[in-house]
Amino acid sequence: MAEPLLAIDRLDVFHGDFQALYGVEAEIAAGEMVAVIGANGAGKTTLLSALAGLLPRPAAAIRWQGSPIGALRADRVARLGIALVPEGRLLFPSLTIEENLIIGGRMGRRGPWGLEAVYRLFPILRERRAFAPAQLSGGQQQMAAIGRALMANPALILIDEISLGLAPVVVRQLYEVLPAIVGEGMAAIVVEQDTSRALSVSRRFYCLQEGRVALAGASGSVTREAIGRAYFGV
Amino acid sequence: MDVTRASRLTRLAGIAGLLLVVLLALAPWWAGRADLRLLGEVFLYMALATLWNLLAGYAGLVSVGQQAYVGLGGYLLFALTILAGLPVPLALPLVLAAGAVVAVPVALLIFRLRGAYFAIGSWVIAEVFRLVAAQVAALGGGSGASLPPAVVRTLAEGRDLREAMAYWLAFGLATAVLAAAVAILRSRHGLALTAIRDNELAAKSLGIDIWRTKLLVYVAVGALTALAGALIFLQKLRISPDAAFAVNDWTAFVIFIVVIGGIGTLEGPILGTLVFFALRETMADLGTIYLIALGAVAIAVMLKAPQGLWGLIRARTGAELFPLSRKVTGIPSGS
Repeated sequence: MAEPLLAIDRLDVFHGDFQALYGVEAEIAAGEMVAVIGANGAGKTTLLSALAGLLPRPAAAIRWQGSPIGALRADRVARLGIALVPEGRLLFPSLTIEENLIIGGRMGRRGPWGLEAVYRLFPILRERRAFAPAQLSGGQQQMAAIGRALMANPALILIDEISLGLAPVVVRQLYEVLPAIVGEGMAAIVVEQDTSRALSVSRRFYCLQEGRVALAGASGSVTREAIGRAYFGV
Repeated sequence: MDVTRASRLTRLAGIAGLLLVVLLALAPWWAGRADLRLLGEVFLYMALATLWNLLAGYAGLVSVGQQAYVGLGGYLLFALTILAGLPVPLALPLVLAAGAVVAVPVALLIFRLRGAYFAIGSWVIAEVFRLVAAQVAALGGGSGASLPPAVVRTLAEGRDLREAMAYWLAFGLATAVLAAAVAILRSRHGLALTAIRDNELAAKSLGIDIWRTKLLVYVAVGALTALAGALIFLQKLRISPDAAFAVNDWTAFVIFIVVIGGIGTLEGPILGTLVFFALRETMADLGTIYLIALGAVAIAVMLKAPQGLWGLIRARTGAELFPLSRKVTGIPSGS
Protein backbone atom coordinates (compact mmCIF):
# COMPACT_ATOMS: atom_id res chain seq x y z
CA MET A 1 0.00 0.00 0.00
CA ALA A 2 1.17 3.53 -0.72
CA GLU A 3 2.36 5.81 2.07
CA PRO A 4 -0.70 7.08 4.01
CA LEU A 5 -1.30 10.82 4.23
CA LEU A 6 -1.06 10.73 8.00
CA ALA A 7 0.21 7.86 10.12
CA ILE A 8 -0.03 7.73 13.91
CA ASP A 9 2.30 5.28 15.59
CA ARG A 10 2.32 4.53 19.34
CA LEU A 11 1.09 8.00 20.29
CA ASP A 12 1.19 8.78 24.02
CA VAL A 13 -0.12 12.19 25.09
CA PHE A 14 -0.08 13.69 28.56
CA HIS A 15 -1.97 16.58 30.15
CA GLY A 16 0.64 17.36 32.78
CA ASP A 17 0.95 14.19 34.88
CA PHE A 18 -2.23 12.69 33.52
CA GLN A 19 -1.83 10.38 30.56
CA ALA A 20 -4.70 10.92 28.11
CA LEU A 21 -3.67 8.72 25.18
CA TYR A 22 -1.92 5.32 25.32
CA GLY A 23 -0.12 4.04 22.24
CA VAL A 24 -2.72 5.14 19.72
CA GLU A 25 -2.20 3.71 16.23
CA ALA A 26 -4.16 5.05 13.28
CA GLU A 27 -3.75 6.25 9.72
CA ILE A 28 -5.68 8.08 7.06
CA ALA A 29 -5.25 8.08 3.30
CA ALA A 30 -5.59 11.11 1.02
CA GLY A 31 -9.24 11.94 0.33
CA GLU A 32 -10.52 9.52 2.98
CA MET A 33 -13.12 10.34 5.63
CA VAL A 34 -12.48 8.75 9.01
CA ALA A 35 -14.64 9.03 12.11
CA VAL A 36 -13.30 9.03 15.66
CA ILE A 37 -15.96 8.01 18.14
CA GLY A 38 -15.96 7.32 21.84
CA ALA A 39 -17.51 8.37 25.14
CA ASN A 40 -16.81 11.62 26.95
CA GLY A 41 -13.22 11.73 28.17
CA ALA A 42 -12.10 8.91 25.85
CA GLY A 43 -9.41 11.18 24.37
CA LYS A 44 -10.98 12.23 21.06
CA THR A 45 -10.32 15.96 21.43
CA THR A 46 -6.89 15.22 22.84
CA LEU A 47 -6.09 13.16 19.73
CA LEU A 48 -7.09 15.99 17.37
CA SER A 49 -5.25 18.61 19.45
CA ALA A 50 -2.11 16.47 19.37
CA LEU A 51 -2.40 16.03 15.60
CA ALA A 52 -2.81 19.80 15.19
CA GLY A 53 0.34 20.38 17.25
CA LEU A 54 -1.40 22.04 20.18
CA LEU A 55 -0.20 19.47 22.74
CA PRO A 56 3.29 18.08 23.37
CA ARG A 57 3.69 14.66 21.74
CA PRO A 58 6.55 12.31 20.80
CA ALA A 59 8.36 13.63 17.72
CA ALA A 60 8.25 10.37 15.78
CA ALA A 61 4.70 9.33 16.67
CA ILE A 62 3.01 11.37 13.92
CA ARG A 63 4.13 11.10 10.31
CA TRP A 64 2.82 13.34 7.53
CA GLN A 65 3.43 11.92 4.05
CA GLY A 66 6.26 9.89 5.54
CA SER A 67 8.07 12.57 7.54
CA PRO A 68 7.76 12.95 11.31
CA ILE A 69 5.92 16.13 12.38
CA GLY A 70 5.56 15.49 16.11
CA ALA A 71 8.08 18.16 17.02
CA LEU A 72 6.55 20.93 14.89
CA ARG A 73 4.80 23.98 16.35
CA ALA A 74 1.07 24.29 15.68
CA ASP A 75 1.44 27.06 13.09
CA ARG A 76 3.96 24.93 11.14
CA VAL A 77 1.63 21.94 11.24
CA ALA A 78 -1.17 24.14 9.91
CA ARG A 79 1.00 25.29 7.03
CA LEU A 80 1.67 21.69 6.00
CA GLY A 81 -2.03 21.48 5.18
CA ILE A 82 -3.65 20.22 8.38
CA ALA A 83 -6.57 22.44 9.44
CA LEU A 84 -8.42 22.14 12.74
CA VAL A 85 -12.04 23.05 13.38
CA PRO A 86 -11.67 23.29 17.15
CA GLU A 87 -14.15 22.21 19.78
CA GLY A 88 -16.25 25.23 20.72
CA ARG A 89 -15.46 26.73 17.29
CA LEU A 90 -13.20 29.47 18.70
CA LEU A 91 -14.10 32.13 16.15
CA PHE A 92 -12.41 35.48 16.72
CA PRO A 93 -15.08 37.59 18.46
CA SER A 94 -13.78 41.01 17.45
CA LEU A 95 -13.48 40.15 13.77
CA THR A 96 -16.41 39.93 11.37
CA ILE A 97 -17.39 36.61 9.81
CA GLU A 98 -15.66 37.59 6.57
CA GLU A 99 -12.50 38.60 8.42
CA ASN A 100 -12.59 35.28 10.26
CA LEU A 101 -12.70 33.53 6.89
CA ILE A 102 -9.97 35.74 5.40
CA ILE A 103 -7.60 35.01 8.24
CA GLY A 104 -8.19 31.30 7.75
CA GLY A 105 -6.88 31.61 4.21
CA ARG A 106 -3.98 33.84 5.07
CA MET A 107 -1.35 31.19 5.62
CA GLY A 108 -3.10 28.68 3.48
CA ARG A 109 -2.14 26.86 0.32
CA ARG A 110 -3.54 27.30 -3.18
CA GLY A 111 -6.64 25.35 -4.05
CA PRO A 112 -10.31 25.47 -4.86
CA TRP A 113 -11.42 27.02 -1.56
CA GLY A 114 -11.74 30.79 -1.27
CA LEU A 115 -14.33 33.25 -0.01
CA GLU A 116 -16.60 32.60 -3.02
CA ALA A 117 -16.45 28.82 -2.66
CA VAL A 118 -17.18 28.99 1.09
CA TYR A 119 -20.10 31.34 0.48
CA ARG A 120 -21.44 28.93 -2.16
CA LEU A 121 -21.20 26.06 0.33
CA PHE A 122 -22.83 28.07 3.15
CA PRO A 123 -24.92 30.85 1.52
CA ILE A 124 -26.07 32.10 4.93
CA LEU A 125 -22.49 33.19 5.67
CA ARG A 126 -22.55 35.54 2.69
CA GLU A 127 -25.58 37.26 4.19
CA ARG A 128 -23.96 37.41 7.59
CA ARG A 129 -20.45 38.21 6.43
CA ALA A 130 -20.26 41.63 8.10
CA PHE A 131 -21.68 40.39 11.42
CA ALA A 132 -19.75 39.56 14.56
CA PRO A 133 -19.64 35.82 15.41
CA ALA A 134 -21.72 36.40 18.54
CA GLN A 135 -24.61 37.60 16.35
CA LEU A 136 -24.83 34.21 14.60
CA SER A 137 -26.62 31.06 15.72
CA GLY A 138 -24.56 28.11 16.89
CA GLY A 139 -25.03 26.31 13.59
CA GLN A 140 -23.97 29.36 11.58
CA GLN A 141 -20.92 29.71 13.81
CA GLN A 142 -20.02 26.08 13.14
CA MET A 143 -20.35 26.76 9.40
CA ALA A 144 -18.04 29.76 9.78
CA ALA A 145 -15.52 27.65 11.70
CA ILE A 146 -15.57 24.97 9.00
CA GLY A 147 -15.35 27.65 6.32
CA ARG A 148 -12.39 29.24 8.08
CA ALA A 149 -10.56 25.90 8.06
CA LEU A 150 -11.45 25.24 4.41
CA MET A 151 -10.04 28.64 3.39
CA ALA A 152 -6.55 27.24 4.03
CA ASN A 153 -7.14 24.55 1.38
CA PRO A 154 -5.87 21.83 3.70
CA ALA A 155 -5.09 18.29 2.62
CA LEU A 156 -6.58 17.09 5.90
CA ILE A 157 -9.32 18.74 7.91
CA LEU A 158 -9.84 17.81 11.57
CA ILE A 159 -13.37 18.54 12.76
CA ASP A 160 -13.91 18.32 16.51
CA GLU A 161 -17.41 17.68 17.89
CA ILE A 162 -19.10 18.78 14.71
CA SER A 163 -22.65 18.49 16.03
CA LEU A 164 -22.19 19.34 19.72
CA GLY A 165 -24.95 21.63 20.95
CA LEU A 166 -26.55 22.12 17.55
CA ALA A 167 -30.19 21.65 16.54
CA PRO A 168 -30.86 18.35 14.69
CA VAL A 169 -31.89 20.18 11.49
CA VAL A 170 -28.57 22.05 11.48
CA VAL A 171 -26.64 18.86 12.14
CA ARG A 172 -28.34 17.26 9.13
CA GLN A 173 -27.37 20.26 6.99
CA LEU A 174 -23.75 20.04 8.07
CA TYR A 175 -23.57 16.32 7.34
CA GLU A 176 -25.05 16.94 3.91
CA VAL A 177 -22.15 19.18 2.94
CA LEU A 178 -19.40 16.93 4.32
CA PRO A 179 -19.24 14.69 1.22
CA ALA A 180 -18.89 17.83 -0.94
CA ILE A 181 -15.81 18.79 1.08
CA VAL A 182 -14.19 15.39 0.87
CA GLY A 183 -15.23 15.17 -2.77
CA GLU A 184 -12.65 17.85 -3.52
CA GLY A 185 -9.92 15.36 -2.56
CA MET A 186 -9.52 16.54 1.01
CA ALA A 187 -9.18 13.97 3.78
CA ALA A 188 -11.22 14.47 6.95
CA ILE A 189 -11.12 13.19 10.51
CA VAL A 190 -14.46 13.83 12.18
CA VAL A 191 -14.86 13.52 15.93
CA GLU A 192 -18.44 12.78 16.85
CA GLN A 193 -20.52 11.66 19.82
CA ASP A 194 -23.42 10.58 17.61
CA THR A 195 -22.11 7.15 16.63
CA SER A 196 -24.62 6.15 14.00
CA ARG A 197 -24.30 9.45 12.15
CA ALA A 198 -20.50 9.23 12.26
CA LEU A 199 -20.55 5.69 10.90
CA SER A 200 -23.02 6.53 8.14
CA VAL A 201 -20.85 9.27 6.70
CA SER A 202 -17.35 7.83 7.14
CA ARG A 203 -15.50 5.03 5.36
CA ARG A 204 -13.58 3.82 8.41
CA PHE A 205 -13.73 4.54 12.12
CA TYR A 206 -11.64 4.41 15.27
CA CYS A 207 -13.39 3.98 18.60
CA LEU A 208 -11.45 5.34 21.57
CA GLN A 209 -11.96 4.16 25.11
CA GLU A 210 -10.02 5.62 28.02
CA GLY A 211 -7.20 6.78 25.78
CA ARG A 212 -6.80 3.55 23.80
CA VAL A 213 -8.10 2.44 20.41
CA ALA A 214 -10.70 -0.13 21.47
CA LEU A 215 -12.01 -0.92 18.01
CA ALA A 216 -11.26 0.11 14.44
CA GLY A 217 -12.55 -0.97 11.08
CA ALA A 218 -14.78 -0.27 8.12
CA SER A 219 -17.81 1.84 9.10
CA GLY A 220 -20.23 -0.17 6.95
CA SER A 221 -19.59 -3.63 8.40
CA VAL A 222 -19.37 -3.09 12.14
CA THR A 223 -22.17 -4.35 14.37
CA ARG A 224 -24.00 -2.29 16.95
CA GLU A 225 -22.97 -4.78 19.67
CA ALA A 226 -19.28 -4.51 18.85
CA ILE A 227 -19.48 -0.73 18.96
CA GLY A 228 -21.35 -0.85 22.26
CA ARG A 229 -18.65 -3.05 23.81
CA ALA A 230 -15.81 -0.85 22.50
CA TYR A 231 -17.63 2.32 23.53
CA PHE A 232 -18.37 1.40 27.10
CA GLY A 233 -15.77 -1.30 27.71
CA VAL A 234 -18.33 -3.83 28.97
CA MET B 1 -25.22 45.67 -0.18
CA ASP B 2 -21.70 46.82 0.37
CA VAL B 3 -19.09 46.30 3.06
CA THR B 4 -17.02 49.28 4.08
CA ARG B 5 -14.86 50.43 6.94
CA ALA B 6 -15.72 54.09 6.60
CA SER B 7 -18.84 55.69 8.03
CA ARG B 8 -20.15 59.25 7.97
CA LEU B 9 -18.49 59.74 11.36
CA THR B 10 -15.09 58.39 10.32
CA ARG B 11 -15.22 60.63 7.22
CA LEU B 12 -16.20 63.65 9.29
CA ALA B 13 -13.51 62.72 11.81
CA GLY B 14 -11.07 62.47 8.92
CA ILE B 15 -11.84 66.00 7.73
CA ALA B 16 -11.86 67.41 11.27
CA GLY B 17 -8.63 65.51 11.98
CA LEU B 18 -6.96 67.02 8.92
CA LEU B 19 -7.99 70.55 9.99
CA LEU B 20 -6.75 69.80 13.51
CA VAL B 21 -3.41 68.56 12.17
CA VAL B 22 -2.94 71.79 10.18
CA LEU B 23 -3.96 73.90 13.18
CA LEU B 24 -1.59 72.04 15.52
CA ALA B 25 1.26 72.15 13.03
CA LEU B 26 0.92 75.94 13.08
CA ALA B 27 1.00 76.02 16.91
CA PRO B 28 4.41 77.77 17.13
CA TRP B 29 2.73 80.81 15.58
CA TRP B 30 -0.25 80.98 17.87
CA ALA B 31 0.85 79.35 21.15
CA GLY B 32 3.07 80.87 23.81
CA ARG B 33 6.34 79.22 24.75
CA ALA B 34 4.94 77.50 27.86
CA ASP B 35 1.85 76.26 26.04
CA LEU B 36 4.01 74.98 23.20
CA ARG B 37 6.11 72.95 25.65
CA LEU B 38 2.98 71.55 27.26
CA LEU B 39 1.54 70.60 23.88
CA GLY B 40 4.81 68.91 22.95
CA GLU B 41 4.67 66.91 26.15
CA VAL B 42 1.04 65.96 25.45
CA PHE B 43 2.05 64.58 22.05
CA LEU B 44 4.98 62.61 23.43
CA TYR B 45 2.67 61.00 26.02
CA MET B 46 0.12 60.34 23.29
CA ALA B 47 2.82 58.54 21.30
CA LEU B 48 3.94 56.51 24.34
CA ALA B 49 0.35 55.58 25.16
CA THR B 50 -0.48 54.55 21.60
CA LEU B 51 2.68 52.42 21.49
CA TRP B 52 1.95 50.74 24.82
CA ASN B 53 -1.60 50.12 23.65
CA LEU B 54 -0.29 48.36 20.52
CA LEU B 55 1.86 46.20 22.75
CA ALA B 56 -0.61 45.38 25.51
CA GLY B 57 -3.99 46.01 23.90
CA TYR B 58 -3.33 44.32 20.58
CA ALA B 59 -0.32 42.00 20.90
CA GLY B 60 -1.18 40.96 24.46
CA LEU B 61 2.32 41.84 25.69
CA VAL B 62 1.67 43.58 29.01
CA SER B 63 5.03 45.21 29.59
CA VAL B 64 5.70 47.36 32.64
CA GLY B 65 9.24 47.99 31.45
CA GLN B 66 8.83 50.36 28.52
CA GLN B 67 10.83 52.92 30.51
CA ALA B 68 13.80 50.80 29.41
CA TYR B 69 13.34 52.17 25.88
CA VAL B 70 12.48 55.72 26.95
CA GLY B 71 15.69 55.82 28.98
CA LEU B 72 17.68 54.05 26.29
CA GLY B 73 16.54 56.61 23.70
CA GLY B 74 17.36 59.51 25.99
CA TYR B 75 20.79 58.20 26.87
CA LEU B 76 21.58 57.30 23.25
CA LEU B 77 20.72 60.86 22.18
CA PHE B 78 23.08 62.25 24.80
CA ALA B 79 25.82 59.75 23.96
CA LEU B 80 25.59 60.25 20.20
CA THR B 81 25.62 64.05 20.44
CA ILE B 82 27.99 64.65 23.38
CA LEU B 83 30.39 61.71 23.03
CA ALA B 84 30.24 61.02 19.28
CA GLY B 85 29.71 64.67 18.33
CA LEU B 86 26.81 64.02 15.96
CA PRO B 87 24.27 66.76 15.26
CA VAL B 88 20.80 66.12 16.73
CA PRO B 89 19.03 65.61 13.35
CA LEU B 90 21.48 62.81 12.55
CA ALA B 91 21.34 61.26 16.03
CA LEU B 92 17.54 60.81 16.06
CA PRO B 93 17.29 58.25 13.22
CA LEU B 94 20.20 56.37 14.80
CA VAL B 95 18.29 56.23 18.09
CA LEU B 96 15.32 54.72 16.24
CA ALA B 97 17.52 52.06 14.63
CA ALA B 98 19.38 51.31 17.88
CA GLY B 99 16.06 50.90 19.70
CA ALA B 100 15.11 48.18 17.23
CA VAL B 101 18.51 46.49 17.49
CA VAL B 102 18.35 46.39 21.29
CA ALA B 103 14.71 45.20 21.31
CA VAL B 104 15.55 41.96 19.47
CA PRO B 105 17.78 40.29 22.11
CA VAL B 106 15.56 41.64 24.90
CA ALA B 107 12.56 40.03 23.19
CA LEU B 108 14.41 36.73 22.83
CA LEU B 109 14.97 36.84 26.57
CA ILE B 110 11.58 37.90 27.92
CA PHE B 111 9.37 36.16 25.34
CA ARG B 112 10.18 33.00 27.26
CA LEU B 113 8.00 34.39 30.05
CA ARG B 114 4.20 34.53 30.05
CA GLY B 115 1.59 36.78 31.63
CA ALA B 116 2.61 38.21 35.00
CA TYR B 117 6.11 36.78 34.63
CA PHE B 118 6.53 38.65 31.35
CA ALA B 119 5.46 41.89 33.05
CA ILE B 120 7.94 41.41 35.91
CA GLY B 121 10.68 40.35 33.50
CA SER B 122 10.22 43.49 31.44
CA TRP B 123 10.54 45.59 34.57
CA VAL B 124 13.72 43.76 35.60
CA ILE B 125 15.21 44.50 32.17
CA ALA B 126 14.44 48.20 32.64
CA GLU B 127 16.17 48.16 36.04
CA VAL B 128 19.21 46.52 34.46
CA PHE B 129 19.27 49.29 31.83
CA ARG B 130 19.05 51.92 34.59
CA LEU B 131 21.96 50.37 36.51
CA VAL B 132 24.04 50.20 33.33
CA ALA B 133 23.31 53.86 32.54
CA ALA B 134 24.48 54.80 36.05
CA GLN B 135 27.83 53.16 35.27
CA VAL B 136 28.56 55.40 32.26
CA ALA B 137 30.97 57.89 33.82
CA ALA B 138 31.24 59.91 30.60
CA LEU B 139 27.54 60.77 30.96
CA GLY B 140 27.75 61.67 34.65
CA GLY B 141 27.17 58.22 36.13
CA GLY B 142 24.41 58.21 38.71
CA SER B 143 24.00 61.99 38.77
CA GLY B 144 23.41 62.41 35.04
CA ALA B 145 24.37 65.00 32.43
CA SER B 146 23.09 68.11 30.65
CA LEU B 147 22.91 68.71 26.92
CA PRO B 148 25.54 71.42 26.16
CA PRO B 149 24.27 74.51 24.30
CA ALA B 150 26.55 73.68 21.34
CA VAL B 151 24.68 70.40 20.85
CA VAL B 152 21.28 72.01 21.23
CA ARG B 153 22.23 74.53 18.56
CA THR B 154 22.68 71.71 16.04
CA LEU B 155 18.91 71.33 16.11
CA ALA B 156 18.31 74.95 15.14
CA GLU B 157 19.81 78.41 15.66
CA GLY B 158 17.79 80.71 17.86
CA ARG B 159 15.63 79.76 20.80
CA ASP B 160 12.22 80.28 19.18
CA LEU B 161 13.01 78.11 16.20
CA ARG B 162 14.50 75.46 18.51
CA GLU B 163 11.38 75.37 20.65
CA ALA B 164 9.32 75.12 17.48
CA MET B 165 11.52 72.30 16.15
CA ALA B 166 11.21 70.33 19.41
CA TYR B 167 7.44 70.79 19.24
CA TRP B 168 7.24 69.71 15.59
CA LEU B 169 9.28 66.62 16.32
CA ALA B 170 6.95 65.65 19.17
CA PHE B 171 3.87 66.43 17.08
CA GLY B 172 5.33 64.59 14.10
CA LEU B 173 6.13 61.52 16.19
CA ALA B 174 2.61 61.36 17.66
CA THR B 175 1.04 61.72 14.20
CA ALA B 176 3.42 59.19 12.67
CA VAL B 177 2.80 56.68 15.49
CA LEU B 178 -0.97 57.04 15.11
CA ALA B 179 -0.77 56.73 11.33
CA ALA B 180 1.47 53.67 11.69
CA ALA B 181 -0.94 52.09 14.18
CA VAL B 182 -3.88 52.62 11.80
CA ALA B 183 -1.83 51.20 8.92
CA ILE B 184 -0.73 48.14 10.92
CA LEU B 185 -4.23 47.41 12.19
CA ARG B 186 -5.76 47.74 8.72
CA SER B 187 -3.10 45.49 7.18
CA ARG B 188 -3.13 41.70 7.21
CA HIS B 189 -0.82 41.85 10.21
CA GLY B 190 -3.52 43.79 12.03
CA LEU B 191 -6.01 41.03 11.37
CA ALA B 192 -3.51 38.50 12.73
CA LEU B 193 -2.83 40.70 15.77
CA THR B 194 -6.52 40.99 16.56
CA ALA B 195 -6.93 37.24 16.08
CA ILE B 196 -4.04 36.54 18.46
CA ARG B 197 -5.52 38.89 21.05
CA ASP B 198 -8.91 37.16 20.73
CA ASN B 199 -7.66 33.58 20.90
CA GLU B 200 -4.06 32.44 20.67
CA LEU B 201 -4.94 28.78 20.31
CA ALA B 202 -7.22 29.32 17.32
CA ALA B 203 -4.74 31.73 15.74
CA LYS B 204 -1.95 29.16 16.08
CA SER B 205 -3.97 26.38 14.53
CA LEU B 206 -4.64 28.62 11.50
CA GLY B 207 -0.92 28.82 10.80
CA ILE B 208 -0.32 32.26 12.29
CA ASP B 209 3.21 32.50 13.64
CA ILE B 210 2.34 34.08 16.98
CA TRP B 211 5.92 34.43 18.09
CA ARG B 212 7.02 36.26 14.96
CA THR B 213 3.99 38.57 14.91
CA LYS B 214 4.59 39.53 18.53
CA LEU B 215 8.30 40.01 17.89
CA LEU B 216 7.58 42.40 15.01
CA VAL B 217 5.26 44.48 17.19
CA TYR B 218 7.64 44.44 20.15
CA VAL B 219 10.62 45.57 18.07
CA ALA B 220 8.68 48.31 16.24
CA VAL B 221 7.23 49.58 19.53
CA GLY B 222 10.68 49.44 21.19
CA ALA B 223 12.28 51.47 18.40
CA LEU B 224 9.56 54.14 18.41
CA THR B 225 9.54 54.30 22.21
CA ALA B 226 13.30 54.92 22.14
CA LEU B 227 12.73 57.77 19.67
CA ALA B 228 10.04 59.18 21.97
CA GLY B 229 12.57 58.96 24.83
CA ALA B 230 15.15 60.89 22.80
CA LEU B 231 12.60 63.65 22.10
CA ILE B 232 11.50 63.77 25.75
CA PHE B 233 15.06 64.39 26.95
CA LEU B 234 15.78 66.72 24.05
CA GLN B 235 12.99 68.85 25.50
CA LYS B 236 14.19 68.44 29.10
CA LEU B 237 17.89 69.08 28.18
CA ARG B 238 18.96 67.08 31.23
CA ILE B 239 19.11 63.34 31.87
CA SER B 240 19.81 61.12 34.88
CA PRO B 241 19.31 57.38 35.34
CA ASP B 242 16.43 57.87 37.79
CA ALA B 243 14.57 60.28 35.50
CA ALA B 244 15.29 58.35 32.31
CA PHE B 245 14.20 54.95 33.62
CA ALA B 246 11.36 56.14 35.89
CA VAL B 247 8.68 53.47 36.07
CA ASN B 248 6.16 56.05 37.31
CA ASP B 249 6.62 58.61 34.55
CA TRP B 250 7.03 56.34 31.54
CA THR B 251 5.00 53.28 32.42
CA ALA B 252 2.55 53.84 35.31
CA PHE B 253 1.17 57.09 33.86
CA VAL B 254 1.09 55.57 30.38
CA ILE B 255 -0.85 52.53 31.63
CA PHE B 256 -3.20 54.91 33.47
CA ILE B 257 -3.79 56.81 30.21
CA VAL B 258 -4.49 53.69 28.18
CA VAL B 259 -6.68 52.01 30.78
CA ILE B 260 -8.92 55.01 31.50
CA GLY B 261 -9.07 55.90 27.81
CA GLY B 262 -9.87 52.39 26.64
CA ILE B 263 -7.37 49.62 25.96
CA GLY B 264 -7.49 47.93 22.57
CA THR B 265 -8.90 50.99 20.81
CA LEU B 266 -6.96 53.69 18.96
CA GLU B 267 -9.18 56.48 20.25
CA GLY B 268 -8.71 55.42 23.89
CA PRO B 269 -5.09 56.50 24.40
CA ILE B 270 -5.81 59.90 22.78
CA LEU B 271 -8.77 60.53 25.05
CA GLY B 272 -6.82 59.17 28.03
CA THR B 273 -3.91 61.54 27.35
CA LEU B 274 -6.29 64.53 27.34
CA VAL B 275 -7.89 63.41 30.62
CA PHE B 276 -4.48 62.79 32.19
CA PHE B 277 -3.17 66.24 31.29
CA ALA B 278 -6.41 67.92 32.34
CA LEU B 279 -6.02 66.29 35.78
CA ARG B 280 -2.32 67.07 35.96
CA GLU B 281 -2.64 70.71 34.97
CA THR B 282 -5.40 71.37 37.47
CA MET B 283 -4.16 69.26 40.39
CA ALA B 284 -0.39 68.82 40.15
CA ASP B 285 0.18 71.55 42.75
CA LEU B 286 -1.64 69.46 45.35
CA GLY B 287 1.28 67.02 45.61
CA THR B 288 0.35 63.62 46.97
CA ILE B 289 -3.36 64.35 46.71
CA TYR B 290 -2.90 64.53 42.95
CA LEU B 291 -1.59 60.97 42.86
CA ILE B 292 -4.41 59.80 45.15
CA ALA B 293 -6.88 61.47 42.77
CA LEU B 294 -5.30 59.70 39.79
CA GLY B 295 -5.68 56.38 41.59
CA ALA B 296 -9.30 57.17 42.49
CA VAL B 297 -10.10 58.05 38.86
CA ALA B 298 -8.47 54.82 37.68
CA ILE B 299 -10.49 52.75 40.16
CA ALA B 300 -13.74 54.55 39.30
CA VAL B 301 -13.21 54.03 35.57
CA MET B 302 -12.31 50.36 36.02
CA LEU B 303 -15.49 49.79 38.07
CA LYS B 304 -17.90 51.86 36.00
CA ALA B 305 -16.37 51.50 32.53
CA PRO B 306 -14.05 48.49 32.28
CA GLN B 307 -13.62 49.23 28.56
CA GLY B 308 -12.40 52.74 29.41
CA LEU B 309 -14.01 56.08 28.67
CA TRP B 310 -13.89 55.49 24.92
CA GLY B 311 -15.45 52.08 25.40
CA LEU B 312 -18.29 53.77 27.28
CA ILE B 313 -18.79 56.36 24.52
CA ARG B 314 -18.65 53.71 21.82
CA ALA B 315 -21.15 51.49 23.62
CA ARG B 316 -23.58 54.41 24.01
CA THR B 317 -23.22 55.89 20.53
CA GLY B 318 -21.49 53.28 18.36
CA ALA B 319 -19.00 56.00 17.44
CA GLU B 320 -15.67 55.18 15.86
CA LEU B 321 -13.22 57.82 14.70
CA PHE B 322 -10.72 55.60 12.91
CA PRO B 323 -12.03 53.50 10.02
CA LEU B 324 -10.99 50.06 11.32
CA SER B 325 -13.97 47.77 11.68
CA ARG B 326 -16.02 46.74 8.65
CA LYS B 327 -19.65 47.66 8.38
CA VAL B 328 -22.42 46.70 6.00
CA THR B 329 -24.05 49.57 4.16
CA GLY B 330 -26.86 49.81 1.69
CA ILE B 331 -28.92 46.80 2.80
CA PRO B 332 -32.23 47.28 1.04
CA SER B 333 -35.00 47.62 3.59
CA GLY B 334 -37.09 44.50 4.04
CA SER B 335 -34.28 42.08 3.15
